Amino acid sequence: MMSTSVVNDMVIRFANVNGTGSASANEMFAKAIFRMGIPVSPKNIFPSNIQGLPTWYEVRVSEQAYLGRRDGVDLLVGVNPQSYAKDIASIKEGGYFVYDSTKKLHPDYIREGVHYVGIPMMQMCMENYDNPRHQQLFKNIVYVGALAALLDIEIEVLQDIIRGQFRKKEKLIPPNFKALDLGYQYARTHFECPLEIRLERRDNTGDQIMIDGNSATGLGAIYAGATVAAWYPITPSTSVVKAFETYAKKLRVEEASGRKKYAIVQAEDELSAMGMVIGATWNGARAFTATSGPGVSLMSEFIGLAYFAEIPVVLVNVQRGGPSTGMPTRTQQSDIISSAYASHGDTKHVLLFPSSPAECFEMTADAFDLADRFQTPVILMSDLDLGMNSHMSPPLKWDDKRKYDLGKVLSAEDLEKIEKYGRYLDVDRDGICYRTIPGTHPTKGSFFTRGTSRDEYARYTEEGAVYERIVDRLIKKWETVKSYVPAPELYQDHQQNERGLLFFGTSTYAALEAMALLRQKGIVLDALRIKAFPFNATVEEFLASHTEVFIIEQNRDKQFRSLLINELETDPKKLVSVLNYDGMPITADTIIQQIMKQLPATAPVMNTNHKSKTL
Amino acid sequence: MTFVKPAFRHPGMPKNKIGFRKSDYEGAISTLCAGCGHDSISGAIIQACYEMGVEPHKIAKLSGIGCSSKTPTYFLGNSHGFNSVHGRMPSIATGANLANRDLIYLGVSGDGDTASIGLGQFCHVLRRNLNMVYIVMNNGCYGLTKGQDSATADFGSISKAGSVNPFQPIDLVGLSLELGATFVARSFSGDKKQLVPLIKAAMSHPGFALLDILSPCVTFNNNAGSTKSYDYVREHIEATSTLDFVPEQEEITVEYEEGSSSSVVLHDGSVIQLQKLSPYWDPTNRDSAVNCIQQAKSKGEILTGLLYIDPKSQDLHHILETTEKPLNQLREEELCPGSAALDIINASLR
Ligand SMILES: Cc1ncc(C[n+]2csc(CCOP(=O)(O)OP(=O)(O)O)c2C)c(N)n1
Ligand code: SF4
Repeated sequence: MMSTSVVNDMVIRFANVNGTGSASANEMFAKAIFRMGIPVSPKNIFPSNIQGLPTWYEVRVSEQAYLGRRDGVDLLVGVNPQSYAKDIASIKEGGYFVYDSTKKLHPDYIREGVHYVGIPMMQMCMENYDNPRHQQLFKNIVYVGALAALLDIEIEVLQDIIRGQFRKKEKLIPPNFKALDLGYQYARTHFECPLEIRLERRDNTGDQIMIDGNSATGLGAIYAGATVAAWYPITPSTSVVKAFETYAKKLRVEEASGRKKYAIVQAEDELSAMGMVIGATWNGARAFTATSGPGVSLMSEFIGLAYFAEIPVVLVNVQRGGPSTGMPTRTQQSDIISSAYASHGDTKHVLLFPSSPAECFEMTADAFDLADRFQTPVILMSDLDLGMNSHMSPPLKWDDKRKYDLGKVLSAEDLEKIEKYGRYLDVDRDGICYRTIPGTHPTKGSFFTRGTSRDEYARYTEEGAVYERIVDRLIKKWETVKSYVPAPELYQDHQQNERGLLFFGTSTYAALEAMALLRQKGIVLDALRIKAFPFNATVEEFLASHTEVFIIEQNRDKQFRSLLINELETDPKKLVSVLNYDGMPITADTIIQQIMKQLPATAPVMNTNHKSKTL
Repeated sequence: MTFVKPAFRHPGMPKNKIGFRKSDYEGAISTLCAGCGHDSISGAIIQACYEMGVEPHKIAKLSGIGCSSKTPTYFLGNSHGFNSVHGRMPSIATGANLANRDLIYLGVSGDGDTASIGLGQFCHVLRRNLNMVYIVMNNGCYGLTKGQDSATADFGSISKAGSVNPFQPIDLVGLSLELGATFVARSFSGDKKQLVPLIKAAMSHPGFALLDILSPCVTFNNNAGSTKSYDYVREHIEATSTLDFVPEQEEITVEYEEGSSSSVVLHDGSVIQLQKLSPYWDPTNRDSAVNCIQQAKSKGEILTGLLYIDPKSQDLHHILETTEKPLNQLREEELCPGSAALDIINASLR
C-alpha cells in the first residue's frame, strides 16, 4: 500500500457553509502543510453573499511548487449537504470524500470509485461541548484533526498554530486541542491511516512566507510613505486599505502624542475616493486608493484629470469578474483596457502587474515613486486570486538605502533661484515638468491646476498649437516611463526557440507549470513575463523574434493582446491567445490544451533548462 | 471687482498688518459677464483676505466647474488654485486638507456644481466637518452651460427655454443645518458690508463653513416669469442675434441695517426681499435658525447673515487624530518603518 502512495501532491477541497467559522480551520490546515516545508497554495472559492450559502476552500499541495490551480479533487471534506452532489462529482476517480456522518448519507450520494470516510463530527461536538456556537466552531477543528491522521500531518505543528492563534485568549487553547484530538483519534481508530495520498516533511519552502496580495499591498503603501488613503468598500480590494490601517496602527503612530501619521477616509463613493487622493498628492502627500472594476469606471473622470493636470495618483485595482457587477467574488484580468486608457480623450496610464505578494509589496512601493517621478496615475493591476488568497511568497524586502523618489518638486530655495516659474515648462527636455506644493513660497511658484487646456505657465488657453505642444509632451514623458517601469522577465535557454509564451500577473503560476509540463512532452517555449505597461523595447523584440507567441490572459476579449497590437508595431497574426474567463484562476491544463491545439503534430524537442533573467 | 485693472498702482497704497497691499490679493482680470454677481463675491474675498492679513500663499483655493468655479483665477493670484471637475471640489479639498492642515482652504462652487451633480460630495464634506470655507455662488441656474435650471431654482420659475420649473428647490442652508453643519451663513453678492465679515468669520471657523451667497446671473436668468428674469438682456440678444452677447451692467450693491429688511431690484427689474438678522440674534441656536429660515421663507423673504455657528466645532483632523505636523511634511525617516520591522513581519508570516 505505501508503495503506491502519492506523497506531497494533491488537491484538498473543503466544502463549507458561509459564516460557520470554517475559514480559520481551513487556513490552519494549509499553514500546517507549509510549516512542514511542503509548498502549498490555498484558494478561497466563495459566492457573492454573506451567510448560509456554499463556500469552498481549496488547497493544492505540490512538492515541485506548482502553485497554480489544478482541476480534480483528491480529497474533499464535505460538511455542507446543500452542495454534496456537486462536491462528490468533483472528486477524482479513486479520491476521498470525508463527511459528517452524524446523519446517514443518502444513497443517492454514493458514487463508485470514491472512498467514503464518514466521521460523526457534529455528534462528537454535541457530546463534548455544550454551547451550540462552540459545537459548530469545533466541528471545523475536528475535521482538521481527522485530516492530520488521514494525511499524516504532524499534530505538533497544528498544536503550535493553535497556540500562536490564541496567544491572547489562552482559555481557548485546551478546547481546540481537544477537538483536534477527537478527530485525530476517530480517524486513527476507524480507518487505515494514512491514506494513499499523504504528506511528508520536506525542506522545500525555504525562507518563504505565506501572505495574501492585499496585505502585502497595504504594507507596501506603508513602506512607500503613503499618509492618506481614501477608499470605498468593494470586493476584492477592501482588505488592501484594511491591511494599511492594521499596519499603520502598529507602525505609524507618534509615540509621545499617540497621534497618527496617516489619515484614512472611507469616502462616500469611488469618485470621492479618487478626488481625495488627487487633492492630497496635489498638496504634497503620498496618497492612494484601492478598488475594483466598477470603482475604476467611476474614478475615470478624475483619472483623466490627474493624467492631464499631471498629478501623481496610485490606484490599486484588484480585478474581479466583469462586466458590470459580473462575478464579484471571482477572478479575472479583464480591466486591462479600461485601466490602461481610463477616462475620455487621449489618455494612457502606467500599469504594473504583480504576480506574487512579494511583488505586490515591491510594486506598490514602485508605484509611488513612478507616480511622483512622472506626475501621473499609476495603477497596480492585482486580482482577486492574488489579492484575497494566501500565497507562498519570497519574504518582503526593503532596502534601507532606498530613498523615496519624490520627482521634480521645487522647494522655496529652488524657487528663489528661478526668474519665472512655469508649471508645464519642459526645462529638462524629458517631458517631465517641475511642480510646486501649495504654501511653499509667499510670492513664487503658485499656479493654477485645471483640467482644461493651458499653456506652459498654467494659463488657460484653447489655442490649438499650445494644446498640441502640451499633449505631445505627455507622450514624450510616456516614452521616458518605458525605461523606468519594472522590466519584463525572460525565460529562455541559451539559444532561442521558435515559439514564445507571454503572460503577466497571476497567470504566472499556471504558466510556469504549463511550460515545465510541455517541456516534458518535448515542447519548449521561450517565455516573457510582462510586469508593466508601457511596454519597453524587449517586449517588441520578443514578439519580433518568435514566429508565434501565445498570450495567456484571463478575459474573453484578448485585452492584453489588443494592448500589444495597439501600442507596438507587431503582426497581430502571430499573437495567439490562450484564454480563461470562467472566474476561476487559470490552470496549467487549460494552457497546455489550448497550446497543443495550435501546434503541428511533431514539435521540436529541446533538452536544456530554462533560466530566468530580468531584462 | 473692476473690469479693467489699472496697471499702475500707487506706491503709497496702504498695507495690512503683515505688510501686503490689497493688490497682492487680487488675481487675473475677470472674464465673467460684466455685472455678474460672482465678481462682487471675488471682490469681497479679496477684501476679507486683505483685512484678515493672511499670507496669500497660505490659502488654497479650490473649485469645481462653472462660471462661479472660474472665479478663483480672479482673486488671490499668489495662491495655488485648483479648478477640478464638475461637482467634485469637496473631495479634492478633503484630500488637500488631509495632506496639510496648516493652510486655509477656500472652496468656490456654483449652485449647479453643489446642489445637483455635487450634492453627494457637498453633504459628505460637511458631515466630516472638514476645515474649509465653502462658498456657493448661487444664481439659481447654470451659467456656463447657458441658463438651464439648477436644483436651487425656485418652484414655478420659468427657465430660459420657457419651461416652468415643477420642482421644489434645494435650500442649501436648510440642508446644511439638517446635516449638522457647524457654520452656516447666507448673504447677497452685493452686500459687501455683510459679506466681508462673514467671509472672515468663516475663515476663522475650525470646521466646515458654508456661505450660501445669492449671486444674480445677468445673462441667463433673462426670461420673463423667472424669479430672477432679465428681459433687457434677451432683447439685446435678439437684436444682435449673438447668443453670447452680454451687456455691461453695473454690479448690484445694497446696504441696509441689521434687523431690517430690504428690497433689492435685480437687473431685470424683479425684486428680492432680503431680511438681515437682528443684532440680538443668537447664532448658536440651531433650532431657532431652522425656525427663522422657515418663517422668512413663508413670508417670501430670504434671511441673511450668520445663521448658525457651533462654537465647539472640531474639525476632521481632530476626529482622525492626525499629527499636529502636516502629513505632507513628514519625512521618509518618520514614515518608513525600515527593514528591521519588515523582518519581524516576515517572521510572523512563516
Ligand atoms: C461631468 C460634467 N457634466 C456636465 C458638465 C457641463 N457643465 C459645465 S458648468 C455646468 C453648470 C454650472 O452651473 P453652476 O455650478 O450653477 O455655476 P454657474 O455657471 O451658474 O456659476 C455644467 C452642467 C461638465 N463640465 N462636466
Ligand atoms: S453667464 Fe451668468 S453666471 Fe456666468 S458669468 Fe455671465 S452672468 Fe455670471
